[in-house]
Amino acid sequence: MLQVDNKTLSTWERIKDSDIYHSFIKSPTAIVSSTILFIIFFCSFFVELITPYNPFDPSSLSLMDAFTPPSWTEDGLAKFILGTDGQGRDMLSTILYGCRISLIVGFSAIIFSLILGVGLGLTAGFFGGKYEMIVMRLTDVQLTVPSILMALLVDGIARGLISREMHDEMAIYVLIFAIGISEWPQFARVSRAATLVEKNKDYVSASTIIGVSNIIIMFKHILPNILRPVLVIGTIGLALAILAESTLSFLGVGVPPTTPSLGTLIRLGNDFLFSGEWWITFFPAIFLVILAFSINLLGDWMRDTLNPKLKK
Amino acid sequence: MTFLKINNLSVDYEMRKETVNAARNINIEINKGEILGLVGESGSGKSTVGNAIINLIDEPGKVSSGSVILGDINIHENSRSIVKYRGNKIGLIFQDPQTSLNPILTVGEQLIETIQAHLKLSKEEAKNKSINLLKEVGIKDAEARFDNYPHQFSGGMRQRVVISLALCCEPELLIADEPTTALDVSIQSQILELIKKLTKERNLAVILITHDMGVIAETADRVAVMKSGNLVEIGETKKILTNPQENYTKSLVSSVPPTNKKISRFVIVEKENSDKKKNNIKILNRWTKKEIIDQDLVQIKNLSKSFDDNFFTESSKNSVMAVNDVSFDIKEGESFGLVGESGSGKSTIAKMIVNLFKPTSGDIYFDNVCITKIKQRSELMKFRKQIQMIFQDPYSSLNGRLKVKDIVAEPIKLHNPSISNIDLNNYIYDLLESVELTQNSADRYPHEFSGGQRQRISIARALATQPRLLVCDEPTSALDVSIQAQILNLLKDLQEQLNLTILFISHDLPVVRQMCDRIGVLKDGKLCEVSNTEDLFLKPGHEYTRELLRLMPKIESIYN
Repeated sequence: MLQVDNKTLSTWERIKDSDIYHSFIKSPTAIVSSTILFIIFFCSFFVELITPYNPFDPSSLSLMDAFTPPSWTEDGLAKFILGTDGQGRDMLSTILYGCRISLIVGFSAIIFSLILGVGLGLTAGFFGGKYEMIVMRLTDVQLTVPSILMALLVDGIARGLISREMHDEMAIYVLIFAIGISEWPQFARVSRAATLVEKNKDYVSASTIIGVSNIIIMFKHILPNILRPVLVIGTIGLALAILAESTLSFLGVGVPPTTPSLGTLIRLGNDFLFSGEWWITFFPAIFLVILAFSINLLGDWMRDTLNPKLKK
Repeated sequence: MTFLKINNLSVDYEMRKETVNAARNINIEINKGEILGLVGESGSGKSTVGNAIINLIDEPGKVSSGSVILGDINIHENSRSIVKYRGNKIGLIFQDPQTSLNPILTVGEQLIETIQAHLKLSKEEAKNKSINLLKEVGIKDAEARFDNYPHQFSGGMRQRVVISLALCCEPELLIADEPTTALDVSIQSQILELIKKLTKERNLAVILITHDMGVIAETADRVAVMKSGNLVEIGETKKILTNPQENYTKSLVSSVPPTNKKISRFVIVEKENSDKKKNNIKILNRWTKKEIIDQDLVQIKNLSKSFDDNFFTESSKNSVMAVNDVSFDIKEGESFGLVGESGSGKSTIAKMIVNLFKPTSGDIYFDNVCITKIKQRSELMKFRKQIQMIFQDPYSSLNGRLKVKDIVAEPIKLHNPSISNIDLNNYIYDLLESVELTQNSADRYPHEFSGGQRQRISIARALATQPRLLVCDEPTSALDVSIQAQILNLLKDLQEQLNLTILFISHDLPVVRQMCDRIGVLKDGKLCEVSNTEDLFLKPGHEYTRELLRLMPKIESIYN
């Protein structure tokens, strides 16, 4: 009998033993950016537990507190660390609530485009022929339209189709669809290219010879093997999706001001910028920069670690 | 007089988990006019020693001790002085002629560039010198080919150009790292002849790094055997190959398939041979064993396959006939060998038999049913079950994301969906034990196994459907010779006890001789001859077969 070695490793031991784990604890960028992201995610999703104020509860707001500057300035109040906006809402709480909306929209949009893009790319690469040609030309067409324009277009059509009362409720879904539909081509391209490589490998032939059906080969064998590159561009795509959401909200076609996202907050604060109340737009903007920057840094680190070609 | 002296050379690679000693206290001496073979299996450190001589060790490796003395100068004294010797006194030949030449420069430009980098010659003189060199390495019409690009040369010709590049600054030491591994047999022998000739004419000292004992036997004057970074044995080739002293060398020599006779099993020296009982194939009681009746299991009739890019061209003029009008039969229970060089169409035939490709014309009959014309999936499944395949590359033939037990379970569950979990697990364990793997392999992932072990997993998966025909496409050519011997033994045992019919595809004639009852020889998609193994080797009927037999490196040549 050929003995490999006796102990079978547990999942945690496997992770601790992996190159990814080691590259992670050796990279300050990865640690810092993922710590920041963890704090942001945690604070946004448990915002009710963290902040004493609910900016969306009109009874708790007092117009007397409006335009309070940050606490360290001359007129600042200790209870509003980052100051308040024109309606007396605490900026920090509003930002965290807004960040939650931005993250939900960003994640949903990227998952939507991942499913669409990988589904089309995988099947196109696997089946080939006319179907592949149609899908790939479609991605080419999609890529010639700037994604903001595409999102504006979708939003415009949705406004035409959905009644005004319904619109505020539906806005977030329209936004997710609009961003998702403009991001899928890159996922389709990457997954098709990876599928073309994988489907010629012997393990796929072996499954075919055994008699496994195409659907199972695609999803059980090929899909897990192409996920690496897809997840890497997915991470970078997440930052893009959050920025796209903010841009659309800034332009006024995104989520309504009643449930503001980061972009909406920046737009609202923009009106006060020249009258001296800089903090109303500055803090949401800097928060957005930190969020997008951390995701990008983490994405870059993932790309460098998971890409075997860049390994030394 | 000793020309090159390697003293106590050690190379260490400091990895995250441990320090790997790629070479440990190596002492080698080489004289001028002599070819030293450096032989060992993959990971034995033979290339490391070659690279360490010219200090070309990649990070994180480093030469941790020892010295290399060329003539009477220690060339390792400082890391800058070694640059003077690289290419100048020491020439290098690498394995892959595809990648060792720059594809966007002509051969002439590369030669002139190299010559002018080391010698003070004018462009005209350099050109004359390079043309002479090309002539010397046997490139016909050298003046005209001087301006050709590397892709305009064939693989063997390209390797000749690489050799001329290595020679262009009159080196006294030549290091050839697997110079013929990427080449076909017929070209391999030409390149080896060339190296032998140059050694004599130019009075070179040559280090020939290879894994192939046949190449060593035919070329090297002395041989050094390496194993996991240590020098096991060094001495005259004849002495080492006929009368090895160390256990490792003995097992290495006995694993090499002899070219001149058929043996029943390979002798595995290192493994504990005593407790290895036969008849331990556990799946035997699950196997619905077919009695061998004297009939043809597979009949291949006028099979042809062409690959053409019908997107651009309507006519079939440009198409390549990968397989051209091939007919042969495989009897039930026999091992049929298909031999040919790269591009001869042997793998294409295998893929048509297992129904991965549809033939352009011709039919394949399996058990008297034409399987190339089956349309219905349920009909096809009956035959999928009976024909299984083992692939060449053990690294791409297993899905790295699945555990071994899931890999082996897939065919079982597919063809027997109602099997209970306990039964399934037992079946998987039996299969794994039949290919001599332990039960706890089942919960591991493929990357935890070596090449030979992966090939065993591959065999277990193929056996899971209880096939009658096993198509083996170069099953051992990616493996070391001692592992090859084990896998071949395993295949022989399985065939004997399970009454399997095997189609064995290989470019390696000695291996085919050990494995097969009958052999078909393919060349450029055409079948040259089919004959019984012994007849084929003793009195080959076809010109091409005679040529192949003459050129194959023979380890026995050392006895004469």
